[in-house]
Amino acid sequence: MNRRLLGLAALAAGPVVVLGLFFVLPVTGMVSRGFFVDGQFAPGAVWEVLTRPRVARVLAFTVGSATAGTVLSLLLGLPAAYVLSRLELPGRRVVRALLLVPFVLPTIVVGVAFRQLLGEGGPLGFLGWEQTPVAIVLGLAFFNASVVIRTVGAAWESLDPRPGEAAAALGATPVQVLRTVTWPALRSSVVSSASVVFLFCATAFGIVLTLGGLRHATVETEIYLLTTNLYDLPAAAALSVLQLVVVVVLLAVTARFRTTSAAVQRRPFVPRRPARHDAPALLATALLLLYVAAPLVTLVSGSLRVGGEWSLGNYRALTTTGEYASLPVPVTEALATSLRTAVDATWMAVGVGLLLAVVVTRRSRSTAERRLRSGLDGLFMLPLGVSAVTLGFGLLVTLDSGVLDLRNSPLLVPIAQALVALPLVVRTLVPVLAGIDDRQRQAAASLGAGAWRTLLTVDVPVVWKPLLAACGFAFAVSLGEFGATAFLAREGAPTLPVVIFRLLGLPGAMNYGMALAASVVLAVTTAAVMLVVERLRVPSMGAL
Amino acid sequence: MTSGPILRLDDVSVRYEGTLAVDGVQLEVERGDVLAVLGPSGCGKSTLLRAIAGLEPISAGRITFDGEDLAGRPTHRRGFALMFQDGQLFGHLSVARNVGYALRLRRLGRAAVNARVSELLELVGLSGFEDRMPATLSGGERQRVALARALAVDPRLLLLDEPLSALDASLRQSLAADLRDILHTAGTTALMVTHDHDEAFAVAGRIAVMFDGSVVQQGPIAQVWASPEAPRTASFLGYARVLTGASARLVAEAAGLRAGGQLALRRSALRVAETGVLEGVVEQVTSTPEQLRLVVDVPGAGRLDAVARLDERLVVGESVHLSVDATRVAQMSV
Repeated sequence: MNRRLLGLAALAAGPVVVLGLFFVLPVTGMVSRGFFVDGQFAPGAVWEVLTRPRVARVLAFTVGSATAGTVLSLLLGLPAAYVLSRLELPGRRVVRALLLVPFVLPTIVVGVAFRQLLGEGGPLGFLGWEQTPVAIVLGLAFFNASVVIRTVGAAWESLDPRPGEAAAALGATPVQVLRTVTWPALRSSVVSSASVVFLFCATAFGIVLTLGGLRHATVETEIYLLTTNLYDLPAAAALSVLQLVVVVVLLAVTARFRTTSAAVQRRPFVPRRPARHDAPALLATALLLLYVAAPLVTLVSGSLRVGGEWSLGNYRALTTTGEYASLPVPVTEALATSLRTAVDATWMAVGVGLLLAVVVTRRSRSTAERRLRSGLDGLFMLPLGVSAVTLGFGLLVTLDSGVLDLRNSPLLVPIAQALVALPLVVRTLVPVLAGIDDRQRQAAASLGAGAWRTLLTVDVPVVWKPLLAACGFAFAVSLGEFGATAFLAREGAPTLPVVIFRLLGLPGAMNYGMALAASVVLAVTTAAVMLVVERLRVPSMGAL
Repeated sequence: MTSGPILRLDDVSVRYEGTLAVDGVQLEVERGDVLAVLGPSGCGKSTLLRAIAGLEPISAGRITFDGEDLAGRPTHRRGFALMFQDGQLFGHLSVARNVGYALRLRRLGRAAVNARVSELLELVGLSGFEDRMPATLSGGERQRVALARALAVDPRLLLLDEPLSALDASLRQSLAADLRDILHTAGTTALMVTHDHDEAFAVAGRIAVMFDGSVVQQGPIAQVWASPEAPRTASFLGYARVLTGASARLVAEAAGLRAGGQLALRRSALRVAETGVLEGVVEQVTSTPEQLRLVVDVPGAGRLDAVARLDERLVVGESVHLSVDATRVAQMSV
C-alpha cells in the first residue's frame, strides 16, 4: 500500500513541481506583495485598498456584469443546447461547430468585433451602446453561451429519453416532462456550467479592456491598470487576493456539482424530428446564430474596407509595421511568434495534463489515496480561475531570482499559456480515462500484460482522439491568450493578440484597419484548429 | 508435479477501506478441480477472487499456488486468467485478436496464434467468428469469446467472476453445461464466484459457501447440498423452508429419516400421493409448466410447500395426502 502511495507521489511529482514553480510561486509572490510592505507584514494596507470607493465600484461592476453575462449566456445557451443535442436538423453538426467557435475565439478578436458592430458608424452604432456595460455583457455572453451549449448539451445528449417518455405516457405535457423529469436530471450540469460561466465572466480580461475602456473596470482589468499604469503594486495584490478567494469558493462549489453529474455514457442516442412545440427553442437558436454571426460578419467586412472602398489593403499592410512604423515587428512576424508559442504551450499543457489525468483517474485502494487524487484534481483546476493577469504579473515579479531567471526566456510566455490551458486539457482527458472500466485493465493484466502493455491495449485506443482534441484545444487557447501574455511578451517578440491590442490603441485609420485584418487572421486560424478538433467528436471536450 | 491442493489460501484476510471484506478464509483447490465460491452479493467473494488474481493486496494470511507463495507477484506474472461477468472484451479488437491477445503477448508466431485461436473458437462453439467485432455479438457469444480468451494460454488457474450472471435464464443453463464440459476437456483448474446456486451446481465439483467475509462451509457439492451447516446456508442453496422442533420431527419420520435437529426442505420435497403419510389442507395452488405448486397446511407441522402433477386438478380447501422424498430434504444438526 505504501509502495502504491509512493508510486503515485512519484508520478504526480512532475506536474506538482511545474504547478508549484510556475503557478503557486508567482501567485503567492504577487499576493504577498500586497501583505508585506517593506518586509513588514501589514494586512492593513490590503484593508485600506479594499475599502477604497473605487474598489467597491469595481467590485460591484464585476459582480453585476458577470451576473448579467451568466444569465444572458444561459438564456441563449439552453435552448440551443436542447436543439443541438436532441433534435434532428439538417446541418446540425455544422451549426453546432459554428456555435462552439466563439468559446475559443481570442478575447481580443471578440472585443474588436463588438467594437466594430456597436461603435460609431457600425451597423448597430445607432443604439449608442459603445463603451457601455451593455456592450461588455453582450461580449461576455457571446463567449459563454458556447460553454453552456457544450456542458449542458453533452449532458442532455447522454440523457436517457425513456423516463421522459414514461412521464408522457402517464399524461405529462411536454412542459411538465421538462419540469419534472428533464430538469432534475440536467440541474447539476446547468448549475455547474453557470458557475463556470460566472467564473469566466468575472475574470474576463480582453473583452472588458477593449469594450469598457477605462470607464468600466472589473477586478481583472483594474489589476492590470494598477500594475501597468499606476504602479500601485500593493493595491493590485490586494485585488488579486480578493479574486483568489472568490474563485476558490466558486471552484469548490463547481467541483461539488461536477461529482454529481453523470459520467460519459456510450449509449447511442437517436435525435428526433422537431415538433411544433420545439418552435420557440428553434427560434432562440436562430437568434443565437445571428448574435454570433453579426459581430463576426461586421469584423470581416470592416477588415475588407479601406477609405470606404472594398480592398485587401488592410491585409497587405500586415507585412508592415503599421502606419508611422508603430509596431516593433510586422504583424506577420507576430503571427509566426504566436504559432511557435502555441506549439510550445501545447506540448507543455498536454504533457503535464495527460500525466495528471492518468494519476487522478487510477483506481484508489484507500481513502487516503482517493483524497490525494481528488485533491490533485482540484489543485490543477486553480489556474482556471486565478486571473491570468495575476499569473502573468506574478511570473514577472517572482522569476527574477538567479536560478530561475526566465524573464527574458522565450519559454516564459508558453509556460504561462500552458498553465491557462492546463485545466481545460485535464477536464477533457479525465472523464475519458475515468470512463474506462478498470476491469478492462484487470482483464489485460490477468492475461499477462504488464503495465505498459495494459496502457497500450486499454487506454490508448480510447484516449488518442481526446488527446488530439486536447492538443487542439490547448493550441487554440494559447493562440488567443491575452491576459498573461500582455505582461510577459517580450518587447521584440509580441504575439498576435498583443499586436492587435497595440494597434487598437494607436491613432491612424490604417492601424485600425490592420487591427481588424489581424483579428480576422487570428480568428480564422483559431477557428480552423477548433473545427478540426470538433470533427473528432470528443464528448467531454471543454465540458467543465 | 506435487500432489495435494494446488491453490491454498491460509487464513487470508482483505481489509477494504477499514472493513474486513474477507476474514480469515481457508480454501483449497485440487489440480483440475472446479471450485465455486457461493455467497450473496457483498459477502466478499469477488474481493477474494481479486485477491487471488493479485488485484487486491491481502492484509493477512498467505496464498500459495503449487507450493509458491504469491505475495509480491503482480497479476500479469501469476499465469492466472480472469473472466468477468460481462466479458470485458477489448472493444477495438476483433474476436480473433481478443482471443489471441495473450498469445501475441507471448510472441507466438502468426501461424501458431491463428491455429490456436481457431481451435479455441471451435472449443467454445464459435468457429468462423474470427473477424467479428465484440459489439456485434450477443451476450452469450461475448461470454464464449471471453472464455476462449481466458483459456488461450492454458492458465494455471482460471478465475471466473459470475461468468453467466449477465445472461438470460435459458442461455445460462446451456452455457453452464458447456462451460463445465469445456473446463473438463481442457483439464483446467478453476475457481468461480457466483451468487446463483444453480450456476454453481451446473459448473463446479466442489463449493464453498461464504457469508460476511467468511467461508462457513466447503466440500464436494453433493455433500454440502445434503447437509447444509445452518438455515441461512440451506436457504441460500435453494431450500424453500427450514423446519425446527416438532414439525421437523414429524416430516423426518414421514421421510423415514432419523428424527433430530433441523430439517431443510426443497420446494419439491413433498408430493401429493395417495399413499402419503402426511395429511393436510391445500391453502394455495399455482400452476407452472411442469407441475402444480401448493402450499399445504399440515396439522402439527404448519404450512409446507408441496408439488403435484398437473393433472391432479386440486382446489383450495381440498384435503390431500403427502409423501416425502428423502433426497430432497437435508438434515442439519442443531
